[in-house]
Amino acid sequence: MTESTSALPRRRTSYRIKIEPRLDQPPAWFPAAISVSAIIVALILGGIVIASVGGNPFLSYAHIARASFGDVGVLSDTIVKATPILLAALACSIAFRMKLWNIGAEGQFIMGAFGASAIVLAPVLPAETSRWLFIPVMAIAGMAAGAIWGFIPGYLKAKFNVNEIISTLMLNYIAVAWVNFWIFAVWTEGGFQMSPKFPETSWLPRLSEYASSIPFFRGLTTHAGLLLGILAAVVLWFIVYRSRWGYEIRLIGDNPHAAQYAGISIARNTIWVMMLSGALAGLGGMSEVAGVVHRLQTSPLAAGYGFTGIIVAWLAKLNPVVIILVSVLFGALILAGREIQPSGIPKMIQGIMLVCLIASDFLLRYRVRLVRGEEA
Amino acid sequence: MDPIIILQAGVASGTVLLFATLGEVFAERAGVLNLGVEGMMLVGAMTAFSTTIATGNPWIGVLTAMFFAGLLSQIHAFIVITLQADQVVSGLALTFLGTGISLVLGEGLSKAGTVSLMPSFSIPLLSQIPILGPIFFRNQSVLVYIGYLLTPLAWYYINRTRGGLHLRAVGEYPSAADALGINVFRMRYLYVFVGGVLAGLAGATISLAVAPGWFSELTTAGQGWIAVGLVIFAQWDPIRAALGSYAFGALRRLILDIQGPTILFGFRNPFYYDPYLGFFLQMLPYAFTVIVLVIGSREAIRKRLGAPAALGNPYIRGERGL
Repeated sequence: MTESTSALPRRRTSYRIKIEPRLDQPPAWFPAAISVSAIIVALILGGIVIASVGGNPFLSYAHIARASFGDVGVLSDTIVKATPILLAALACSIAFRMKLWNIGAEGQFIMGAFGASAIVLAPVLPAETSRWLFIPVMAIAGMAAGAIWGFIPGYLKAKFNVNEIISTLMLNYIAVAWVNFWIFAVWTEGGFQMSPKFPETSWLPRLSEYASSIPFFRGLTTHAGLLLGILAAVVLWFIVYRSRWGYEIRLIGDNPHAAQYAGISIARNTIWVMMLSGALAGLGGMSEVAGVVHRLQTSPLAAGYGFTGIIVAWLAKLNPVVIILVSVLFGALILAGREIQPSGIPKMIQGIMLVCLIASDFLLRYRVRLVRGEEA
Repeated sequence: MDPIIILQAGVASGTVLLFATLGEVFAERAGVLNLGVEGMMLVGAMTAFSTTIATGNPWIGVLTAMFFAGLLSQIHAFIVITLQADQVVSGLALTFLGTGISLVLGEGLSKAGTVSLMPSFSIPLLSQIPILGPIFFRNQSVLVYIGYLLTPLAWYYINRTRGGLHLRAVGEYPSAADALGINVFRMRYLYVFVGGVLAGLAGATISLAVAPGWFSELTTAGQGWIAVGLVIFAQWDPIRAALGSYAFGALRRLILDIQGPTILFGFRNPFYYDPYLGFFLQMLPYAFTVIVLVIGSREAIRKRLGAPAALGNPYIRGERGL
C-alpha cells in the first residue's frame, strides 16, 4: 500500500496519489492542525448522521455551543463537567504513555468515589469534622481505593501477563456491582439505590459559597475539584517530562526492549503506573462525589467519564497540560448533549472523533501528494 | 430448578459468545486485534431488531445485522491495515462508534414491542439422547444449531485447508506469506470482515433469539469484551472457544435462575430473592473472565503457546521483521 493509482479515463495526463514516508520532522503546528481538522471532519460526519435520522445538525451544534459556553453560568457548569473528565483523562494518559491500555478508569473512578464516601458514611470521621480535615482524608481515601482497583490488573499483568484491556474492563462492571451492593444493602436511603446526602462539611467548596463577598460568583457551581485536577495535571507533567521515573515510563512505552537492557524493571513499573493511574481516576471519583453528587449513587457517577477520558487523553497526545483544555471541550459536549435528542448523539460524536483522530495520525507519518505523471 | 433447563438455556446464551469469539479468532489469526466486538455486536443487535420490525422477517434481520456489522469492521480494517494505526486504540474507537451509532439509530426501539423471532425446533432423533439430547437438541433456536455446525467448520478451515494455511501464515509471518504471493492486505481485510459478520450474528442472536428486544447498551452488557477475553483463553482455537462460550453461557443462566427456587438440593436456598447476594452474583461472569484469563495466560507461558506472532503489528511492505 505504498501507492494507489487513480487514472482518469481518456486523458493524456493522469493524476496519481503518491504516499511516501515522511523523513523530515513536520513543523510544530502541523500535528495540532491535523487534530483540529480531524475534529472538524468528525463534526461533519456526525452532522450527516444526525441529518439522516431526521435531526438538524446545525441546530444541534449551535445548541451545544450555546448551552455550554453561552454565558458565565453555563460555562461554570461546563467546567464542572470537565473536572471528572480531566482527572480520568490524566489517569489514562499516564498508563497509555507506557502502552498500558488501562480502560478501567471508569471502575477506578467509581471505586474512588466509594472510598471517599466510606469516610463519610462508615463513618470514619463524624459529620462535625472540620472541612480542612474532611476533604484531604476523603481525597486520600479516594485515591487509595482507585489505586487498589488499578493494582489488581497491574499485578495480574506483571505476574501472569494477563491482558490488561480485558481485566480492567471486567473490573469496571465489578466496581459498579460492588457500589450498588453498598448503597442498597448498607447505606441505603429509604430503600433506594443511593446513600443519604453527605453533611456539608464534606462538600468541596463551590464558587457560589463566596458570593457574599464577590457577587460575581453568585450561582456558579464550579467547585474545588477543578483545582485538584489542574494540580494533578501539573504534577503529572513534571513526572512525565522532568523526572527520572517519567523517563523510564516513556522509554518502556517507546521501546520495552531497550528499557529492559537499560535495567528498568517493566514488571515493577507496570504495577506502579497502574496504581498511579487508578489513584488519579479515584481522585476524579472523589471530586465528583464530594463536589457535585454529594451522595454515593451509581447512575450519576458511572456516566462514562472514564471512557471519555480515553478519547481526551488521546486527543491531547497524552500531554497532561493539553488535557486540561480538551477536557473543557468534552465537558461542553456532554453537558449540552444531555438535552439533545436522540440521546446517543454525544456518544456517537465521541466515537466518530476518536476514529477520525486515529486515522489522521497517518498524515503525521506519511506525506500524501497529488502528482501529475505520464505513466498510469 | 431443573439443571437440564438451565443448561439448555445456557447453551442458547453461550451461542452469542460463540459467534463473537469465533469471529475474533478469525481476525486475530490473521494478525488483527479487533477490540470493537462489543460495538459491532450492538450494531448487529440493533440492526437485526429494527430490520425485523420493518420487514417482519427475522432472517432478513439476521442477514442485515451481519452485513452492517461487517461494514463497521471495515472502518477498523482501513485504519489499522491501510493507515497502520495502533490496533488497540482503533478497536476501542470502534466500540465507541458502534455503541453511539446503535444508540442513535436504536432510539425508541426499546418500546417497539414484540417481533417474530428466529424459529426454534427440536432435532428428531438426537433430542431423544438422555441428558445431552434435551440440553443441546430440544427446542433450540436455529441459530444455536448453526453454532454447532460453525465450530467444527471453523476448526477444519483454519487447520486443514489451504485457505486456513494462508490465514495462519498472514498472522504468523506476513512477510513470508507476502513472498509466497499471498495478498496480506486483502486477506486481513477479509478476515476482519468475517470477524465483523460473526459479531453481527452474535448481536442478532441476542435480539432475535436469546433475550429478544433492544435494551440499548444493556443488550450486550459487556459480552463483546468477554468474547475478546475468551479468545485468549481459547488460545485461538475454535473448539476451545466453543467450550468456553457454552460454559460462560451456562454460568450466566445459572446466575439468573439460582435466585428463583426456595429449596436447593434439599437445603434452603441462600440465594432465594436475596438482593444483597444478587449484586455479588452479578459480578461473577466478569470475575470469572479475569480468572479464565489468568489460567489461559499462565498456560500460554508454560506451554510456550502464544498469540499469532504478528498480532497487533501492521504489515508494512519492505520493512524488516514480522
